[in-house]
Amino acid sequence: MGDMTIRPEDAPVVTSEVTESEVLAHTPSGGGQRDLRITDSTLRDGSHAMQHQFTEEQVRGVVHALDRAGVEVIEVSHGDGLGGSSFNYGFSAVDEMKLIAAAVDEATRAKIAVLMLPGLGTVHHLKQAHAAGASVARIATHCTEADVSVQHFGAARALGMETVGFLMLSHKATPEKLAQQARTMVDAGAQCVYVVDSAGALVLSDAQQRIAAVIDEIGAEAQVGFHGHQNLSLGIANSVLAHQAGALQIDGALCALGAGAGNSPTEVLAATFERLGVRTGIDLGEVLSAAEDVVRPFIPRLPWMDRASITQGYAGVYSSFLLHAERAAERYDVPAHAILQKVGEHGYVGGQEDMIIDIALQLAEERAQLVELGDLAGAGVR
Amino acid sequence: MSTPTSTPTRTTGTAAIVGPGNIGTDLMFKLLRRSDVLEPRYMVGVDPASDGLRRARSVGLRASHEGVDWLLAQDDLPDVVFECTSAKAHEANAPRYAEAGILAVDLTPAAVGPYLCPPVNLDFNLDAMNVNMITCGGQATTPMVKAVSSVVSVPYAEIVASISSRSAGPGTRANIDEFTETTSEALQVVGGAERGKAIIILNPVEPPLMMRNSVFCAIPAEAGEPGALQDRILESIHEMVARVQDYVPGYHLRADPQFDPARDLWRGMAQVFVPIEVKGRGDYLPDYAGNLDIITAAAARVGDIMVAHRLGVASTWKSSSELGDVPDPLVGAGAGAQQAGA
Repeated sequence: MGDMTIRPEDAPVVTSEVTESEVLAHTPSGGGQRDLRITDSTLRDGSHAMQHQFTEEQVRGVVHALDRAGVEVIEVSHGDGLGGSSFNYGFSAVDEMKLIAAAVDEATRAKIAVLMLPGLGTVHHLKQAHAAGASVARIATHCTEADVSVQHFGAARALGMETVGFLMLSHKATPEKLAQQARTMVDAGAQCVYVVDSAGALVLSDAQQRIAAVIDEIGAEAQVGFHGHQNLSLGIANSVLAHQAGALQIDGALCALGAGAGNSPTEVLAATFERLGVRTGIDLGEVLSAAEDVVRPFIPRLPWMDRASITQGYAGVYSSFLLHAERAAERYDVPAHAILQKVGEHGYVGGQEDMIIDIALQLAEERAQLVELGDLAGAGVR
Repeated sequence: MSTPTSTPTRTTGTAAIVGPGNIGTDLMFKLLRRSDVLEPRYMVGVDPASDGLRRARSVGLRASHEGVDWLLAQDDLPDVVFECTSAKAHEANAPRYAEAGILAVDLTPAAVGPYLCPPVNLDFNLDAMNVNMITCGGQATTPMVKAVSSVVSVPYAEIVASISSRSAGPGTRANIDEFTETTSEALQVVGGAERGKAIIILNPVEPPLMMRNSVFCAIPAEAGEPGALQDRILESIHEMVARVQDYVPGYHLRADPQFDPARDLWRGMAQVFVPIEVKGRGDYLPDYAGNLDIITAAAARVGDIMVAHRLGVASTWKSSSELGDVPDPLVGAGAGAQQAGA
């Protein structure tokens, strides 16, 4: 019979009865005993806050400091993942493959991870990153679209990379739906699946219920992780609740450097978990120094909970839309928070930065109509 | 005009559709509606429970779940096969169609044959045995890149295609790398950009979003400022939109093209941003699924022209203005909705 259907299983998947021992073998516990692995995303999620202008020197400095502090995994990529350098998301100042190679060169203990979003990056990018020395592939999809990642997990496993699945904007799926999507990723070869709060919109039990539901579904076949944002100031609290529900991998960024109001600060995660008696393997003094002495001096603007980023958390808007909305606000003379509110109402997902211009144009037109009608107060004219 | 066919008196040809999913079913309705030259005769799948096969039988096609083996075993082979499966499947099937002397119009990103986009390069070799329809995003965006590159040089073009999750079947999902790679290459080969980049986003929001395409072209600094050059680019864009509308009436600019002046970060180039929305005709899935229309309408038109050429008759393709923008009586309102995402 001629084979002509379209079956996801046709993708080159290394399918996988992943056993618990294999998962543990791929996620070694570093130097000492630890209860939790922290992945630092300063050089990936922080790329948004830096408008993708990281220099090689900054990357080397951050990797050196994190590696010294005992952080086991350091993510380096364009903010939107491999291949993100573009008109739509912003061009990188330095080719990300060069930054990845520099990070690999600088690290003595830490693994270098990369992020990729199927539809934007491809297996080709993954191979390039692997050739540059990256050893952890984090593959991200919108929380309901996990099946687009099947070919990429297969490719990453075939390259011998550790694999992590990223279910973005997790607040948009119910715990049950999220668990099904995690199942798809694990069956495709993910060794860990993250509940990713891209909008910083999960409020405490929202995060914990999702972690619990995913663990219920995948059991010991893979680990579960949590990636938080600070838009409602809950990154750390949600991370603690996630760990208490069974998450074994948690993301942070030094000085919260990340999209929106930033990520859970790595140095605060280290301090908080230490106070809770949860071992992360991170030296607190060293990681505090990494934040204060290495990252803080080069940050142009500390991520902060201002009107626009709080609106993102409240309305459930992808955090990296923030600076794009601010630029559109300036160009079309409409408020950034109003743009973000509309983005939330329309349900745009990660990657749809192009829709921000569309909304700014609509808002500008509505305002012009109000002016024409003589409703100056409605148009915001004082 | 030479017409190498076995029955020189024929004035119509037959078509097979391989792959009874969203794209194949939408294409079937397009052919029934818009072409007098092409009669869709066969619908081929592999799943006996396929809704697409059932639907094809209900409008008079011969449908089988026994695959391409079944099709090629028929006494009366079709003149053209429309491949609506996956890139991988077409790579396997293409040599078999060629061996049987059947023209292949490929709607997967396999890119075995040359890329075709009707408003841009219909002046292709009509005797080709295999042609490729790029991707839905490629059909929507390469005309805009071509419109810009025919006025100024375009060193880099980038597109973002956003489609509703419900209109992305398993083929699109399993082929997402092929989608971005094939579309990127077509931005160069068909669109005329020196470098191309394509991004696809699936959005699950309900009610479903219309297909959106954003086209960004790097253009010379001079064209980033208001003036005669910019006016010529705008004129070229509007003219191309009208050409696409001739077969996809729901294709339109969402807003005026936006010009951004040159920036250092863009290596001193300026940018033009063209936002496109594609409203489908609702031939199969509801009107949010413009991504189906844009590729099936292009494929049906190309098949009609190529088979007409082989038969030595005139193409009977009906333009949108001739048909009027009314729903197909064969389909009924929203008939495909329950099968969305299949």
